[in-house]
Amino acid sequence: MKDVRLRKYHSAAWDEPLVMEMGTKGERGIIPPKAAKEVAEKLGDALDLLPAGMRREKSMNLPEISQYHVLQHYLRLSQMTLGMDLGSDIGEGTCTMKYSPKMHEQVVNSSKFADLHPKQPAETLQGILEIVYGLEQYLKQISGMSKFTFQPGGGSHATYTNACLIRKYHEARGELATRDEVITTIFSHPCDGATPATAGFKVITLMPDENGYPDLEALKAIVSERTAGIMFTNPEDTGIFNPKVAEYVKVVHDAGGLCFYDQANANGIMGMARAFDAGFDACHFNLHKTFSSPHGCEGPAAGAYGVREELGKYLPAPTVEFDGTRYYLDYDRPESIGKVRSFLGNLECVIKAYAWIRSMGAEGIKTAAQISVLNNNYLDKLLLNIKGVTRPYAEGKRRLEQARYSLGDVKEATGVGTAEIRNRFSDFGIQGYWMSHHPWIVPEPFTPEPCETYSREDLDYWAAALEQCVKEAYEDPEFVMNAPHAMGNTKILDDSLAEDPDRWACTYRAYKKKSK
Amino acid sequence: MPETKGAKKIGLIVNPLAGIGGRVGLKGSDGRDIVEKAFAMGAVAEAPMKAAKALERLVSKKEQFQLLTYPGLMGEKTARELGYEPVVLGCLKGDATTPEDTEKAAADMRNAGAELILFAGGDGTARNVYNAIGNSLPVLGIPAGVKIHSAVYADTPAHAGDAAVLYLAGSGRIQLKEAEVMDIDEEAFRNDRVSARLYGYMTVPYVRNLMQSAKAGSISSEKDTMMSIASHIVTQMERDVCYLIGPGTTIRAVMDILGLKNTLLGVDAVLNQELIGSDLNESGLIDLLDEMDNRNVRTKVIVTVIGGQGYVFGRGNQQLSHRVLRRVGKENIIIAATESKMIALGGKPLLVDTGDTAVNEQMSGYVKVITSMNRQMAYRIAY
Repeated sequence: MKDVRLRKYHSAAWDEPLVMEMGTKGERGIIPPKAAKEVAEKLGDALDLLPAGMRREKSMNLPEISQYHVLQHYLRLSQMTLGMDLGSDIGEGTCTMKYSPKMHEQVVNSSKFADLHPKQPAETLQGILEIVYGLEQYLKQISGMSKFTFQPGGGSHATYTNACLIRKYHEARGELATRDEVITTIFSHPCDGATPATAGFKVITLMPDENGYPDLEALKAIVSERTAGIMFTNPEDTGIFNPKVAEYVKVVHDAGGLCFYDQANANGIMGMARAFDAGFDACHFNLHKTFSSPHGCEGPAAGAYGVREELGKYLPAPTVEFDGTRYYLDYDRPESIGKVRSFLGNLECVIKAYAWIRSMGAEGIKTAAQISVLNNNYLDKLLLNIKGVTRPYAEGKRRLEQARYSLGDVKEATGVGTAEIRNRFSDFGIQGYWMSHHPWIVPEPFTPEPCETYSREDLDYWAAALEQCVKEAYEDPEFVMNAPHAMGNTKILDDSLAEDPDRWACTYRAYKKKSK
Repeated sequence: MPETKGAKKIGLIVNPLAGIGGRVGLKGSDGRDIVEKAFAMGAVAEAPMKAAKALERLVSKKEQFQLLTYPGLMGEKTARELGYEPVVLGCLKGDATTPEDTEKAAADMRNAGAELILFAGGDGTARNVYNAIGNSLPVLGIPAGVKIHSAVYADTPAHAGDAAVLYLAGSGRIQLKEAEVMDIDEEAFRNDRVSARLYGYMTVPYVRNLMQSAKAGSISSEKDTMMSIASHIVTQMERDVCYLIGPGTTIRAVMDILGLKNTLLGVDAVLNQELIGSDLNESGLIDLLDEMDNRNVRTKVIVTVIGGQGYVFGRGNQQLSHRVLRRVGKENIIIAATESKMIALGGKPLLVDTGDTAVNEQMSGYVKVITSMNRQMAYRIAY
């Protein structure tokens, strides 16, 4: 490991109340000026202009607070977070956190886009429709698919759209009554099981074989006339690329099912391999991952969902078409699964993805994939040299753009698990890492994904911070158990709260009601 | 003794003889002559060392609870070596400990107000603790036996200590679940024949792996999952099919939903949502199969994974013998288990041991295990 100087960092710690608990009676943010005398004389009391039925009977229960106090409040809160552009997102494996160009924010915030209304006539939306159509052409090339929709408002929404399409496909063939099983794998994203379940299918999960691939023999054993399709990722969360993926596709096709490739994260294979060429019928990309649009709490999401030619008729309406001179919306889609979202989707993500692809170019996209794989394998070497870090499955085999590691040995020796090390990790001024999707197959997991954004120095720093945390776990487990030490917010004391809807409060009203 | 009035009390029982036989190839440690033979062959008492590994995890918290234990090798020695000042209950006659000592210790600890009992041992020790206190308070096994079939043990001694730490802290990561106590006939085992009866259930704390992220969504409790599994089974139940309901808490939920009396440790029979047989033994099942054949009624078997080793047949449900299974056929076997139980197998296959190679062979291969409502896992059975 290189000699890395770990930064000293401490977040601000404000004992900040909820905004609803702030202010004093009579304090105001804005006092609108009274109407000019002539206007008032002509129109009367402005409030009288509101129809009686639309007026509140009681005033809203809002805090009475001045503008600058509101500003201070939110600045304090922001100081207690690490923020999008300060930390390092290397640890957010499966999320594909890369640099999101600031220029793109300017474009989507400009009035050219921000002031558009989705109900404008298509003739007046030619610019944005051109971008939607253009992005579809690029994604068709990257995936090999024939038709895309950008309606889904996220990755899981796109997989749900796919589950609906599988349902429609079998319904159209008169086989839906018998084809009620969708297959997924335990290391795919949980939405690949959850969304077909929501769409009414029974879901069968494949476990990994000893090499870490989904068990192909199990797949062969369970496909039947009940098989509606398979929905899975490659590489899976483990980062292990399955070179035999076409065999899985063939097994499901032979049984009469459709095959969906969850490419939410396509960072390791874009420009290198295409879903269509491996035989898949459909795939999706998260524009807010691979194609640079920010995500998590940093921006809206968009799932670009694409299908092969013969399935195009089932996509949600409207689609964006081009007749050689103008772009138009095609609502005449009698076999469509229907809308999955209003209008055309989160178009700011479409603009950002379009801009990113245009600025990268075909070669640039391929290079980004190569660098992300190279970065991951460099980091892999550093991490596997840390005492107590292991990487289960497929020993000696390289991972693609991410990898799932285990701190099980550290836990066994010291009692300090991945959740505690993650808490300590944030003390070094970088984001706490992503552990694993549920369920945890790999004990005490963590899953980094160093995208093409990151430099060698970034990777060295990340590995050095982890090495330090693990070293502390062996030397002074209590210290790590009580982490974080440099954060304004301390750890969640009772993490079962997160799974009990009776104790959640998404609004102040709910908080007051539930905390009684 | 430090003043710990009102503090939580944790019991510690060490069966110093657990695992003695196994280390010298004697398969189990039941019976005084086996123990003597083992010591003569150079065996070392490992259970106190295993208990120490668990207790080490609690050292930094030792002011927060009172440790109740039994004299000498049954816990006191290990505790003192780690700097604890335990409350020592009971007394022992001489050096040799007996199963009765374990039972007495568990009962004494419950009477002294223990909230959790940690016990180091094997299948026999779990049975003794169960005899004394049944399901009346949470317990957790520190594995010291060689091959443990009971599911009341943590996977490693250190993890037993970790669970106790979280239990003391009242952490939300700890949940309680019922786990199997198995009755292994060691005499038969030494003759290369495994006879494992499902002996009962004890309540154990277990650590759930929670995600501290909205991305992961919520995780169902063990109880909710069992209800979800049972709902799936009940919705799929067909009319005019006889269901043989195997033992276990996972399957008990099916009977709860149907509102039928369940035999937790035995096999019941249900036809058209009515109970037509309770706690049937092998011959009772054969008679029932004959009757169903005469009535032209198909029979299906619903079972769960019993114990910590992943057995579907041959441990804890011997009534469902190879004679019964041959007649029912693999296509009519319904297997259900919580996802956490399946994952705890660590990739090892499910097992069958019916005593008949041809039936074992027939039952082997891939099956779909019901893990919750409309969710199944493709998994391999071996023998």
